[in-house]
Amino acid sequence: MSAKSTDRLATAGLYVIVGIIITVLAGLLGFVFVKGIPQLSWQFITTPPQIFKEGGGVGPQLFNSFYLLVLTLMIAVPIAIGAGIYLAEYARDHWIIRCIRVLIEVLSSLPSIVVGLFGFLFFVLYMGWGFSILSGAFALSLFNLPLLVRVVEQSIRNIPKSQREAGWALGFSKWETITTIILPAALPGIVTGVILASGRVFGEAAALIYTAGMSTPIIDFTNWNPLSPTSPLNPFRPAETLAVHIWKINGEGIMPDAAAISDGAAALLIISILFFNFTSRFIGNLMFKKMGAN
Amino acid sequence: MAKTIKEIEHPLYRKSSKMRTERFGKSLTFIAVVLTAAITAAILFLVFSKGLSTFIMNDGSVKDFFTGTTWNPAEVNSLGKPIIGALPFIVGSLAITGISALIAGPLAIGAAIFMSEIAPNAGKRIMQPVIELLVGIPSVVYGFIGLSVVVPFLRDLFPGSGFGIAAGTIVLSVMILPTVTSLALDAIQSVPRSLREASLALGSTRWQMICKVVLKTAKPGLLMAIIFGMARAFGEALAVQMVIGNASVIPHSLFEPASTITSILTMGMGYTVMGQVENNALWSLALILLLMSLFFTIIVRMIGKGKST
Repeated sequence: MSAKSTDRLATAGLYVIVGIIITVLAGLLGFVFVKGIPQLSWQFITTPPQIFKEGGGVGPQLFNSFYLLVLTLMIAVPIAIGAGIYLAEYARDHWIIRCIRVLIEVLSSLPSIVVGLFGFLFFVLYMGWGFSILSGAFALSLFNLPLLVRVVEQSIRNIPKSQREAGWALGFSKWETITTIILPAALPGIVTGVILASGRVFGEAAALIYTAGMSTPIIDFTNWNPLSPTSPLNPFRPAETLAVHIWKINGEGIMPDAAAISDGAAALLIISILFFNFTSRFIGNLMFKKMGAN
Repeated sequence: MAKTIKEIEHPLYRKSSKMRTERFGKSLTFIAVVLTAAITAAILFLVFSKGLSTFIMNDGSVKDFFTGTTWNPAEVNSLGKPIIGALPFIVGSLAITGISALIAGPLAIGAAIFMSEIAPNAGKRIMQPVIELLVGIPSVVYGFIGLSVVVPFLRDLFPGSGFGIAAGTIVLSVMILPTVTSLALDAIQSVPRSLREASLALGSTRWQMICKVVLKTAKPGLLMAIIFGMARAFGEALAVQMVIGNASVIPHSLFEPASTITSILTMGMGYTVMGQVENNALWSLALILLLMSLFFTIIVRMIGKGKST
């Protein structure tokens, strides 16, 4: 066979491969949306699930997912910013720093179920928090720290050296340069990374089944006192998230419309991820433009 | 004498407040770094100590663990040792990971070549955003689709219930496909343009250029992409657990119910009591999982080092 016909054959083969992939992926998204979107209604996203009857919703689960996300970011983002600043600005090439970098890389490669089991052992049992939002938020923070640290470090490293030199020339100390010049300039990158990590937190389930638990107690959405056991804000109550709910009702759900509820919940999950994706692009562009104009 | 003391007390000799904030800031960020590293060390320590206690405290046999085929840690065998044959789970995990990589790897590399060499415009504008979106889809959704589409499909086509390694492999291949594609694309795009031009200038066709120049140069990066996908497949818990059937035997075909390390961990941890043999045995499985993920990380690092030198 001549080189030219091989070339044509190979190109055709690549088109076939891409065709297969597009069909599979489009089918996947199509399946979720076509079956899921008809299930979505105001009633579905606000009412609590039913155990034996049909017609239940996913209200508490949706709230739990967002609440857990907020708590996780509140724990993980400050630590990640600190660690990212140190690694980008202060760290020298020293064996301790190299060890720390390896450890962070190892943490990022751990399967989520292992992190979940550690959370179960440490937060749920040892710290005595039980299956609670707090345990779940800490487990998810551990799971996402390496990713966030990397994002912060990269965004800071991308700031040109001249900006630092300008700060030093004005008589700023290194720390002042970082907090007043570098961090604001690195903010668009950091925000984009944080929103992308949010998508990961939102859909995570394996790390949560043994930390945040697989049940939601009856919660009263008119009671906003964080210390009351029926309050949605109470961080010490068990909280099943949307992703965990999908897993649970497919394994042991006994409501007659379990499949329909999973369809709806899966569509809701993907719509939320889409939302995070687009917001991160949008905010990233917006902030980039604003910073650039300055 | 009195004069020197006075000199030291001079304002110029005092530490400035800037030094103090500088030190404060530096130590604050250092604490954050150390905390992150310490958490990893704590996870490694806890999983190792819990995982090894099956063999040290409960007198389990390492040989049984890796070669035995019966998993019943609550009972003891004729030698008075707990029955902890984890081979079915290890085989299940390895089979699923290996076959998924065999399916997803070539597809992903093909897609990456297409996006970078054949249709860069459509690739960048349409396929790349879609692939990035798919990377973010939660694994539970993949498992759920597997349960409601792949399992019934296999049930109609082959004898058996549809649950099994085949279903798990299909779900995982689709799940790691976007990740591997995205990493493979990075590797292929980092091949310098001049190499491509040199090859084309020598009269090679596009396919010869792709085969002999681009793929060869990008090989370490492509390997890293596939291993990264394998690490993800090996550690995936819920998506696999939903479609594999959860039978703790070594299956005779790809269409019979089986188990993986992650699926047995997901199923079992809630039904055992801390400190007992059944529970410790599960932690030993978690240790295997951790060691495998370390192994994957080390390989990726070694390939990365080989690439840079």
